[in-house]
Amino acid sequence: MEQRLGSTWRMTVNEKKFIETALLSDLRTDGRGPFDYRNLTIQFGSEDGSSEVQLGQTRVMGFVTSQLVQPYRDRPNEGSLAIFTEFSPMADPSFEVGRPGEFAVELGRIVDRGLRESRAVDTESLCVVAGKWVWSIRIDLHILDNGGNLVDAANIAALAALLTFRRPECTLGGEDGQEVTIHPPDVREPLPLIVHHLPIAVTFAFIGNESTVVIDPSHFEEAVMGGKLTATLNTNGDVCAIQKAGGEGVMQSVIMQCLRIASVKAADITDKIKKAVGLDGGVVEVAHERYESGLWTLILKNGGVWLLILLTNWSSKEAFCSFTLLHLLEKLRNKTFVLVGKAAWKGVNNLSKEMEKPKMKTEDRSINQDDMEIEIHSSKKDGSSLGDNKPKAFTGGPSSWDPYSKGVNVDELKASLASRAVVTPKEEMDTSPPLKPATDESLKDADPAPSSQETAGTTEHTNEAKTLKDAVKPKHKRKKKKNLHHLFETLLETRLSRCCNVNLLCSLELAIVACN
Amino acid sequence: MEYVNPEGLRLDGRRPMEMRQLRGEIGVVSRADGSAVFEMGNTKVIAAVYGPREVQNRSQQLNDQALVRCEYSMANFSTGDRMRRPKGDRRSTEISLVIRQTMEACILTHLMPRSQIDIFVQVLQADGGTRSACINAATLALADAGIPMRDLVTSCGAGYLNGTPLLDLNYVEDSAGGPDVTVGILPKLDKVTLLQMDAKLQMDTFENVMQLAIEGCKAVASYIREILLENTKQLESRRGV
Repeated sequence: MEQRLGSTWRMTVNEKKFIETALLSDLRTDGRGPFDYRNLTIQFGSEDGSSEVQLGQTRVMGFVTSQLVQPYRDRPNEGSLAIFTEFSPMADPSFEVGRPGEFAVELGRIVDRGLRESRAVDTESLCVVAGKWVWSIRIDLHILDNGGNLVDAANIAALAALLTFRRPECTLGGEDGQEVTIHPPDVREPLPLIVHHLPIAVTFAFIGNESTVVIDPSHFEEAVMGGKLTATLNTNGDVCAIQKAGGEGVMQSVIMQCLRIASVKAADITDKIKKAVGLDGGVVEVAHERYESGLWTLILKNGGVWLLILLTNWSSKEAFCSFTLLHLLEKLRNKTFVLVGKAAWKGVNNLSKEMEKPKMKTEDRSINQDDMEIEIHSSKKDGSSLGDNKPKAFTGGPSSWDPYSKGVNVDELKASLASRAVVTPKEEMDTSPPLKPATDESLKDADPAPSSQETAGTTEHTNEAKTLKDAVKPKHKRKKKKNLHHLFETLLETRLSRCCNVNLLCSLELAIVACN
Repeated sequence: MEYVNPEGLRLDGRRPMEMRQLRGEIGVVSRADGSAVFEMGNTKVIAAVYGPREVQNRSQQLNDQALVRCEYSMANFSTGDRMRRPKGDRRSTEISLVIRQTMEACILTHLMPRSQIDIFVQVLQADGGTRSACINAATLALADAGIPMRDLVTSCGAGYLNGTPLLDLNYVEDSAGGPDVTVGILPKLDKVTLLQMDAKLQMDTFENVMQLAIEGCKAVASYIREILLENTKQLESRRGV
């Protein structure tokens, strides 16, 4: 099926016969079954919106960039999405430098149909000024190694890159509200794209007589096949695109069967992509639960993220849990926040044991001026899984959730903490309620205020993340201790010294620990 | 916008399962080995076949089968606004690839090794369904050129708007943004060779739409067979048989 056969490697008759005969007994040359995918690994680059996908021997890189352009005349309030493919000559001896060949164009159009025509990416949200400025998203797919089935790998690379891409935020200003200012990422947090669904391409090859169908053909199988069918589906049961560009004829029933198999595979691959990007909500399990003297201690586990929740004076644990979980899961969708509570809590021996179980390394950079320690890192940056290399561990102390309580009595606190030798949870609890007055989290009321506060707090801190690190590192060098207890102490001291400023105190009691 | 009004009529007065009017003619390009004009409603396409002839580019010669080349282009005046179309733009390249692979599957290429068959398709009037019209025209042209084929290849498109499957979309219905399914079959063998779909569709709805398109293809096939029979009768009478 190669057009330019002059410079292509051709298959010998023996090899061809071998592959066809083996397939009659459902054997493939690499040992897979006819409906097995090869190993899929998704990795991310250092920048937002770059991904590298490896499907068996096939390697594809995807890059997403954005630019403000004028919209098309017939769609004045929609952004645009364009896909460009680059078939590097190092990938295959038949790829040539210069203009994309037929297959490059076909691949580009298949991925394009799956993403653009099925409206996977919301283009209306890309509009800045209707009729004048819209964001144009450009996806570049670079083929690094052609091990067969480039379409699937390229599609996954495009999706992974789109999910991790962040476009700069821009605001309208100027006299007539038409001037657009684009904010650089360190000024304002860049925004993710709105992706409605993930269209996954699944390719089938028809080899020999049409009853032999294999999924995810390798390079050898592609040279032997008589026809190819690429079905792009999402997990909602929609068929987004189908491409069967000629080739051997197949029965209609075979096509429908292929579609059914494809939907199963698409669900598989969607899970893998979401896991790699860090979007899977996953199941939240309660790993540890304890109630002691009015203090609830909960350790929840969501995928690779552990959640330590300490709360006092809370009557309805269930209400709090369900409410917090929802919020936290929302937060966890795109980023892994490490929120450190206001006061270190040294005396919780049992808890600290729990905390020490997973490998933890305290990150001192996360201390900030406002007594809120936040370390934000996008899980994608660290590699393919959450909590890959930057585990943070912190506990917060128990606190009062009452937003109307009075300010901290610093002296009292210092005194109580100085006398802290072996502090039981109960003792701590007694002294610490006055610690956190200005909690806006008002979770008691169980209204959306916490989320806004959290977001406000976190955005404020995300914005300051870079500056904070710079500012904070030299100040808190002494924090570089691996010993948890020491760390808690020093943290507490630092925070206490700033406790006076009531407005800045916040009520975070949630410590999210990302660990390996 | 309402594409199927409550009485069940479409914008051009057709019923949902009704195809547009077909018209085909053979032997329109005198210098070509085979040629045909095919019209589906307002879509008009001309196809010319040259071959089997000697391979022009020796490096591309295949020793065991014929080399099939195809070129698809749209005339500047084919659409509403007269636009200069670049020759090698992505859509044309993809459609050329699609037509080539579709025809290659049905031509008995192993009977003509070391030769070349060129199929040139030009769209004269575009009103939706150009891909299908091109494949139908190419089939007629190949038959006119006397090139041995396994079976005719016929193609038809179908869509899904306002909750109804519609056969043979025209340009307005096509640009509505709904799904567009193009199917090409080998009618006697009842096998699907070309299948392209864009925009989202639920799987069971897709099955219905595809089935409808296949029915349309079979209707086109019977029409094409009539034309070919008519043509053969004329040839017979000219030869005085």
